[in-house]
Amino acid sequence: MKSQAHVFKDRAALATHDGTLRRALGRAKDGFVGKRRLAVEALPEFGEIRAAAKRIKDHTLDHLADYLEQFEAQVTAGGGKVHWAETPAEANSIVLELCRKAGARRIAKGKSMVAEETGLNETLEGASMEVLETDLGEYIIQLAKEPPSHIIAPAVHKNREQIRDLFRDHHPQLNPTRKLAEVSDLVNEARAVLRQGFLDADVGITGANFLIAESGSTVLVTNEGNGDLSSTLPRVHIVIAGIEKVVPTVEDACTLLRLLARSATGQEITAYTSFFCGPRRPGENDGPEQFHIVLVDNGRSGMWSGKFREMLRCIRCGACLNHCPVYGAIGGHAYGWVYPGPMGSVLTPLLLGLEEAGDLPNASSLCGRCEEVCPMSIPLPSLLRQHRIDMHARRIEARSASWGLALWGALVRQPRLYRLASAAGARVLRLLSRGSGNLRRLPLAGGWTAVRDLPAPEGNTFMGEWKKRGGQ
Amino acid sequence: MPTPCPDRPRVALLVTCLADLFRPSVGWAAVALLRNAGCRVEVPASQTCCGQPAYNSGHKGTAEAIARQVIAAFEPYPYVVVPSGSCGGMLRTHYPELFEDDPSWADRARALAERTYELTSFLVDVLGVEKVEARFPAKAAYHDSCSSLRELGIRSQPRQLLGSVADLELADLADAGACCGFGGTFCVKYPAISERMVDDKLDDILATGADTLLAADLGCLLNIAGRARRRATGLRVLHVSEVLAGMGDGPGIGDPEPGE
Repeated sequence: MKSQAHVFKDRAALATHDGTLRRALGRAKDGFVGKRRLAVEALPEFGEIRAAAKRIKDHTLDHLADYLEQFEAQVTAGGGKVHWAETPAEANSIVLELCRKAGARRIAKGKSMVAEETGLNETLEGASMEVLETDLGEYIIQLAKEPPSHIIAPAVHKNREQIRDLFRDHHPQLNPTRKLAEVSDLVNEARAVLRQGFLDADVGITGANFLIAESGSTVLVTNEGNGDLSSTLPRVHIVIAGIEKVVPTVEDACTLLRLLARSATGQEITAYTSFFCGPRRPGENDGPEQFHIVLVDNGRSGMWSGKFREMLRCIRCGACLNHCPVYGAIGGHAYGWVYPGPMGSVLTPLLLGLEEAGDLPNASSLCGRCEEVCPMSIPLPSLLRQHRIDMHARRIEARSASWGLALWGALVRQPRLYRLASAAGARVLRLLSRGSGNLRRLPLAGGWTAVRDLPAPEGNTFMGEWKKRGGQ
Repeated sequence: MPTPCPDRPRVALLVTCLADLFRPSVGWAAVALLRNAGCRVEVPASQTCCGQPAYNSGHKGTAEAIARQVIAAFEPYPYVVVPSGSCGGMLRTHYPELFEDDPSWADRARALAERTYELTSFLVDVLGVEKVEARFPAKAAYHDSCSSLRELGIRSQPRQLLGSVADLELADLADAGACCGFGGTFCVKYPAISERMVDDKLDDILATGADTLLAADLGCLLNIAGRARRRATGLRVLHVSEVLAGMGDGPGIGDPEPGE
């Protein structure tokens, strides 16, 4: 997927004025935030599970290579095959080759963020294969030719009317006068259309929420069952996953599962939680003939060895998006690439570079809600700040801001000079306000006065007055 | 847990750069509240800013230099009190982080952090103040600043004290802990996003029917007051300390001078 992260500022400003988007985001936020709160309140030991989850992931990351090797050995023993991809291009070509070997023309695909990361659909479609997104949200945005705007609710920006119009346009085989008024009408129609896609598919591609080292199995959660149909009906099942998805044991995966659905949608557990344990064995009636797992690095090893290792704990629940006031103001598309919200603002610069995506970590008030709700206790504000530190160190921040801060920093370190400057500043701003109490415009403060008045200082500084009163 | 407080404790006030420049009343209110509670208040003369703008902008070296200056200025005092959650959070949370790998400053930063308190938290948690002598006839909404709430865990303290103010009705503000969109340099770098956030906050405030907005952070207050003025809402905006000290009868933040 081509990044638009470098034009974040313009896209974000446009998004804040999109009324349809705003209503959609408002509905989604109310739902996600409220339901998560209830789910967490209903589980008194949530905090303990959260602490345990962090320990599990930290331990796994400390021994990442060992657990990945164990996972591969177990997959192989079960009759499956693990493929290693360092780059997105490698991952795509591995999947393409597997599909070619399977003689695939049609592919049923479950939702996968890492496949969005690698741009897998473009590669497969470029080789004249038909890819059908089978998650309802992904299906909707596939019809609309749009990227996902949320990592667990990819079509959260669309309203019912927009979806109805898409279905009318893209399902010409159906009666044009059919009723599509209710959400259930839309769901039923998608179900009927997708059903044939599952039956026709030669290959099924899904993501994975967890990879279990001790058993060589992959775990997938969905609320629609599309992951199970994508993986069990086609002849070949390909799982694509980032290397950070591995956990040591089934029990560890279950601990994380207790956090995942609650944090994501406020459910205690998703409608479907599936463990895929290899290809069909002799005597079994269903399941794929081949089971392949493509493990994608794409920058994760670099994160592992640097200051951003904690980001590899992320389980992609989306809680940080749902609680982020910036995401709530602009939606997911403004971020310009695959991952939006706080987790995206940490990840995207790591995967695409700070030159491309430097706006993302800066476009945060560091309000801390993301860290508060993160089930994996990822210090997202600190990681966003770390990006800013790296930008400053590599001199790729905005020059004017950098000089301004340097000047201010020098002044702050000269208390006497600072006193004179602040006293003069307070008086001048007071005069400029002409008794109105506010400044509507001020040179060099356009960012402030573009949307708000600047309350005028009271006139004297506290420090000046304190000194004048003899410290009383 | 804070250690038991001695009689007439010596308290150093870090007035904050924003209060010093824009709203000295906040400093005077803090001094009055602390003195009424029996403190000896001192104001170290070499204080300027806590360095947070540099820290949050990635200028770590500048932030460290400023932090060293603040630590040196305030370390002689048994208590440091700040009428701001975000500056308080800077000293309490981020100074120790800044010097994590610097053995010569790490202990000094930690020691200062342990003695530093946001004003309402100091009054309630350390001094055991339960009520104030003040009257403020208004219906007010209280906004929790992000740093007060999430870095320092302060929620009940300002509300408890406001509960003792005569004639003051506290409105039930929805999502009181949602960010107002200030975020330091964030609000000038991304004004469109900040505008959306502060408008959401203002809409929530106005929906309560409150005529006054109170908070413990001047950053939030300047942002909310500035937007409220631009939208001509008529909302009065004050720092919580001004109301608690009985000094809330003058012009609010961004209000015209009397007679204008």
